[in-house]
Amino acid sequence: MVDALLEIDSLTKRFGGVVASDAISLAVPRGELHAVIGPNGAGKTTLIGELSGEIAPDDGRIRFEGGDVTLLPSWRRSRLGLARSFQITSLFADFTALDNVALAVQAHAGHSFRFWRPARGEARLREPARAALARVGLASRADVLVAKLSHGEQRQLEIAMALATGPRLLLLDEPMAGMGPEESGRMVATLRALKGELTILLIEHDMEAVFALADRITVLVYGRIIASGPPEAIRADAQVRQAYLGEEIRHG
Amino acid sequence: MTAPLTPRNVVVAVLLLLLTVLPLYATASGHVFLLTLFTRVVILAIAAVSLNLILGYGGMVSFGHAVYLGIGGYAVGILAFEGATSGFVQWPVALVVSALFALVVGALSLRTRGVYFIMITLAFAQLVYYFGVGLDRYGADDGLSIRQRSQFAGLVNLSDRVQFYYLCLALLVAAIYLTWRIVNSRFGLVIRGARSNDRRMRAIGFPTFRYRLTGFVIAGAICGLAGALLANHTGFISPATMHWTRSGDLIVMVVLGGMGSSFGPLIGAVLLLTLEEALPVLIRVVASPVFGDAAARMAEYWQIMLGPLFLLVVLFARGGIDGLLAGERRG
Amino acid sequence: MAGLVPAIHVFLRSVSQGVDAPAKPGHDEREACFPNPRLMLLFVEQCLNGLQFGLLLFLLAAGLTLVFGIMDLVNLAHGSLYMLGAYFAATFAALTDSFVAGAVLALAATLVVGMALEVVALRRLYGRDHLDHVLGTFGLILFFNELVRMIWGPAGLSLSLPMWLILPVELLPGLYYPTYRIAIIVTALAVALFLYVLVMRTRLGMLIRAGASNREMTGALGVNINLLYTMVFGLGAALAGLAGLMQAPILTVQIGMGENILILAFVVIIIGGIGSIRGAFIAAVLVGLIDTIGRAFLPDLLRLVLSSRAASTVAPAISSMTIYLLMAVVLVLRPEGLFPVSSK
Repeated sequence: MVDALLEIDSLTKRFGGVVASDAISLAVPRGELHAVIGPNGAGKTTLIGELSGEIAPDDGRIRFEGGDVTLLPSWRRSRLGLARSFQITSLFADFTALDNVALAVQAHAGHSFRFWRPARGEARLREPARAALARVGLASRADVLVAKLSHGEQRQLEIAMALATGPRLLLLDEPMAGMGPEESGRMVATLRALKGELTILLIEHDMEAVFALADRITVLVYGRIIASGPPEAIRADAQVRQAYLGEEIRHG
Repeated sequence: MTAPLTPRNVVVAVLLLLLTVLPLYATASGHVFLLTLFTRVVILAIAAVSLNLILGYGGMVSFGHAVYLGIGGYAVGILAFEGATSGFVQWPVALVVSALFALVVGALSLRTRGVYFIMITLAFAQLVYYFGVGLDRYGADDGLSIRQRSQFAGLVNLSDRVQFYYLCLALLVAAIYLTWRIVNSRFGLVIRGARSNDRRMRAIGFPTFRYRLTGFVIAGAICGLAGALLANHTGFISPATMHWTRSGDLIVMVVLGGMGSSFGPLIGAVLLLTLEEALPVLIRVVASPVFGDAAARMAEYWQIMLGPLFLLVVLFARGGIDGLLAGERRG
Repeated sequence: MAGLVPAIHVFLRSVSQGVDAPAKPGHDEREACFPNPRLMLLFVEQCLNGLQFGLLLFLLAAGLTLVFGIMDLVNLAHGSLYMLGAYFAATFAALTDSFVAGAVLALAATLVVGMALEVVALRRLYGRDHLDHVLGTFGLILFFNELVRMIWGPAGLSLSLPMWLILPVELLPGLYYPTYRIAIIVTALAVALFLYVLVMRTRLGMLIRAGASNREMTGALGVNINLLYTMVFGLGAALAGLAGLMQAPILTVQIGMGENILILAFVVIIIGGIGSIRGAFIAAVLVGLIDTIGRAFLPDLLRLVLSSRAASTVAPAISSMTIYLLMAVVLVLRPEGLFPVSSK
């Protein structure tokens, strides 16, 4: 059995009376694209929060590359190779796209206690940033202010920033949120190109994308995993159909 | 960096030119009060520049920044009182004590956000204010006279008004230049990014706390230097310098002039302090022929315009005067 | 008859020195070689002063915390409304020759000014960064200070009390306490009770609490959020005005009187927990007691180790510092306050 890159062990989180994470256990092997789906309120956002370091679980362990990261702050996890994108676009609105990605590069290019030399002149930062932008198809928009980018472009930028930190694991929180079909198609293509090179944990509502990309799917309902396996198995699982896919089909 | 002939750059250039030739004009025309006024403007501009670093670029709303004016001033005052009149001792002490205090306050405050951060910096400022009020040996509430300016072993004579002015002006230019370099450096981008979206910064791998704290300390130290200059200028230091409303004045300067711009704080300082002096005169001169006596009374109450004006700036022209000149409309 | 002289002595000290410089034990009493009952009475008296000051702080803080908790608005100009209450009271009392009439009119006037302020200026600040609130309302402080200076002049006013409020009341054998201060305590407690009933037991209070936790939802339910917010702000303004006018006879009425006490009000709501009226009540009384008792007894304590002059300089500084230190500690250890409202 190949050593899993990410191991989640009995992760539990309660908010008052609500159990957001109910003893979640999951292992994601290296190179896999693992999708997590579930109805609203299932605890997917909480899970991402726990994995990225913004929410401290009440119980359980998270292991990344063998090391226990359960209580590490988010910036440390990023340094270890765990990158995330945000469901609600969270960028540096008053900077250009290139500036945004360059900052992500900067975070992993030594310390930033440099007070004199202009950072925008550092090729060491700008080159990898341009490369990351190119990967998501935003090379031509590098010098545009984020506030002026379209929603779809901003979502792409989110991915570019995560990529620029040189991660080994990507946590993607609904990257296709709010996208039309054409933009979603481009995003799927981008993600497909990343498969194999990176390990990806993908939280998504867009079922087409999920079934097109995922190696394995986990279904989360009320904080608990009710099914986990390859896409065909999930599609066929009666419990899943009832709890989730059934709703999706009804709402078309 | 090429400087195109935009309205803003022209205004700034003219302003700098005027500031440079001011002493010559003042001594030639005999209007010495101008020199006194503008020395004060330049010194407070240094304080505003330091606040702009953490407020304008770093998004840290410190409502206790005037504290460092007091710390720097008391460093000079207390040392002078105890017999140490050398500027080579006083000014480094002012810088170091300010930096240390900023370190402590920052370490405790920067864990908080929003209004809590504002309140805690205010609390610390009031703490120091009341501490100053309790300094019985050093004048307490009444303040401390500083009979002799900082001595620099003949290198520069601070008692000479013109020399002192040029020293302050040089330090102001240095502070602006230093700030400009800092905010475009790696460090500057980190604190600017943290201002824009701190959560994102941490998600991409920056331990933002230590960078913001460093910025906070730098700003405190520079303001401490301004405090030393101010004490030399007025020959006097009292706790009133550190009252929270003085911090408010500094914030007004920075915001009015233009947060997060190189020359905004200078514009704000010039505007606020010269308006105080010039506007009443101006109103009287301009309006008297038309309104007679009423003009004189109007002039006295010019300040009533300042409040609403400031509110309007906050609502509709967040970029301040600098922003307006540069053609942006942020609100 | 023998008790009348010390009684007048006590009363004169309390009324004339007021909040900022509370009654200090005089030399003659110390030399009379403190029988313990005297010291006890003094302590009780100072506790009452502290309670009174604390309750006034509560009135100010309650308005602040309501507005902050419900509209998420940081209002530095709250102190200006306090000032206006005092100025209005002094003016109306002089016009109507009646303290009570002047007080009522002042309260109404402050309420109107508060609501006008909200409609004209402050409602544009909702939803914005707290920094914008701080900056904008700081500008309003400048405006109101100048406005007051323009209308009433720079000198300040005074407000005198009617005879029936000046006479002291014997609360305990030997303890004579000014009726007016008792009136303040009673009024403030009544207002506290009123606020409790309003927020917890009435439909309006329910709307207020609903508006606090979910603005859009409450709006969607058909409640006129704008009107609700204006009324809440008006209530806060009235509370500030009430505090100001009640303080007026004890303190001088002057420009800038709001700034000093505003900070204390913020300290109170931070310690108590933003949005929590109960927290504001407890924190205000606590702060009032610490400040008053500190100022009353600390000088004597310090005189044991410092010179008399040093002690009277250092003591008020220390007692002021204590309060800010307390706030800093609360912010560092328990930033949501001692009695936090459940987080949104």
